[in-house]
Amino acid sequence: MKGVLLLVISEELLTIRDLHTGYRIKDTYYDAVDGVSISLKKNEILAIVGESGCGKSTLATSIIGLHDHNKTRVRGEIHYKNSNLASLDEEALNNIRGEEIGMIFQDPLSALNPLMRIGEQIEESLIYHSKLSKEQRIQRVQNLLYQVGIPNPERTAKQFPHQLSGGMRQRVIIAIAISCKPNIIIADEPTTALDVTIQAQILDLLSDLQLETGAGIILITHDLGVVAEVADRVAVMYAGQIIEEAPVEELFSNPKHPYTRSLLNSIPQMNSENEKLQVIKGLVPSLVKLPRTGCRFSPRIPWIPDSNHEAEPSLHEVSPGHFVRCTCFKYFYFDREGGSLR
Amino acid sequence: MSFMQIKDLHVHYPIRGGFFNDVVDNVLAVDGISLEFEKGKTYGLVGESGCGKSTTGKAIIGLEKITSGRIIYEGEDVTNKRRNRNSSFNRDIQMIFQDANSSLNPRKRVQDIIAEPIRNFLKLSHLEEKRKINELLAIVGMPEDAKFKYAHEFSGGQKQRIGIARAIATNPKLIIADEPVSALDLSVQAQVLNFLKDIQDELGLSYLFISHDLGVVKHMCDNISIMYKGRFVESGTREDIYQSPKHIYTKRLLSAIPMIEPITRQARKKERILVEENFHKEQHMYFDENGRVFDLHPISATHQVAMTAKEKWVI
Repeated sequence: MKGVLLLVISEELLTIRDLHTGYRIKDTYYDAVDGVSISLKKNEILAIVGESGCGKSTLATSIIGLHDHNKTRVRGEIHYKNSNLASLDEEALNNIRGEEIGMIFQDPLSALNPLMRIGEQIEESLIYHSKLSKEQRIQRVQNLLYQVGIPNPERTAKQFPHQLSGGMRQRVIIAIAISCKPNIIIADEPTTALDVTIQAQILDLLSDLQLETGAGIILITHDLGVVAEVADRVAVMYAGQIIEEAPVEELFSNPKHPYTRSLLNSIPQMNSENEKLQVIKGLVPSLVKLPRTGCRFSPRIPWIPDSNHEAEPSLHEVSPGHFVRCTCFKYFYFDREGGSLR
Repeated sequence: MSFMQIKDLHVHYPIRGGFFNDVVDNVLAVDGISLEFEKGKTYGLVGESGCGKSTTGKAIIGLEKITSGRIIYEGEDVTNKRRNRNSSFNRDIQMIFQDANSSLNPRKRVQDIIAEPIRNFLKLSHLEEKRKINELLAIVGMPEDAKFKYAHEFSGGQKQRIGIARAIATNPKLIIADEPVSALDLSVQAQVLNFLKDIQDELGLSYLFISHDLGVVKHMCDNISIMYKGRFVESGTREDIYQSPKHIYTKRLLSAIPMIEPITRQARKKERILVEENFHKEQHMYFDENGRVFDLHPISATHQVAMTAKEKWVI
């Protein structure tokens, strides 16, 4: 049913075109996000997956401009409602952050102010972005806490963050993120710090909220299990680039790029007892040493000859909505030696 | 036959309070668990954060004081000898830590890090020690020149391998692995897990594998115990736990694991909500008035489950 809904309302909320975000290291800028183009539609959960250092969090923070301008350089276009977020000044961004785009952070404890009561922290963005009266705001805070599944909103609003469990804190963060009914929610590893049972609850909450509010969610994660649970569309990142993009079912049933296939084979699955897990040879290159030309994954699959890679890898559409970078996926096979360390 | 038994292990932390700073209460971090270890097997300890799984591991190796209970190693009671340098227990039980970075001394070269247990327990000449270090580095798949480097020069997976080299330096019988892969990326995690299995076959090791990740545990372990609030709720072979979970908490934990099958996710969500509802409805049957899990009782030769309140009355 959700699929039908998607077809009816599929307008693009956010469009990113050729985004480069570089960090300054010894007076040279090195792009951690290197030419990413992607769009977020209404009513959809877009997951961005990758291992540490692939640029997924940099991408998220670039969208709402949380970077230090003295140390980073953002080039490219982030289109949201007729404006380019990448070129807006702080003041204009402040009107968008919180109101139009909400953010959920990984560690709920460090994202909350330890000296403020929960209720006040949720109220903060309402004071800034809405014209509600004090009574209305308090009412709204209670409703929000109830909406994110906190059993006793009145009591919780008066408590401090340290009095709540990890799952409850993350619910508070989500309440803050949705307080002004944003069109877009960016969730950066929202469940990484939580136990599995709490993780399941938070993921259910996120997908329920998404259905209720119709917001678009960008979910940043390293956990392919989480992606399979909630996402509608997935983009896999490696070394600053999107190397594969597909609807979630397509990606898991028909992965194409060698990196995606290797990652899926390296998950200790629920039904793979005595088999060897797939190992990806070599290491993720560091930002400074990253080769900027050719297929970035080629050093890690040395048994595939150079002629099978593209000189300037671009995204190829293999089926509707399914894009793969570089041509090496056509020739890729698993090296049986890849499973062993020695 | 099992070479090591743990009997009714308790680790309690006192809570002090009042005017004279008396002990007013105890945190029952580990509250009566028993385990047996056989050669070449892997034992999994699973639970959510704060359930006492890490405390169990630390208590066994002697990094945590035991309140009561006994540890029997090869027929000998070693409960109070765990930190004794001359005991074989100390040499034969080793540990791998979660955070490889902070478990390696930043001011020592790799060769000195690996040599530490060798110097403590094995009386080797300088030359033999050198040969042993080279051998260990070869086992963990690292080049020989790595021994002159410092820990910070390595990546996360390599550091974890140095930690493993140190743990196997004294030819131990049991390695306690406390979340050895949870700080690692997926592809590196696969490397370390494969490698742990390889050396298990080669050296006939046993592992106590402590983890919160049920996927990893299923991949690695022969026997699994599920822990909740310092006690076991269910204990059995991998098949017992994953194919026919009996305790309500085990079911809840298993239903919460994300699977990489997007097609079945709606069905699993329904199932999960059902299990969660059941958990809240039937909770009182599985836990006593203090929220304590009842004692285990066997339902087959390998499978043990905590009793329900009803069964408790019958017995």
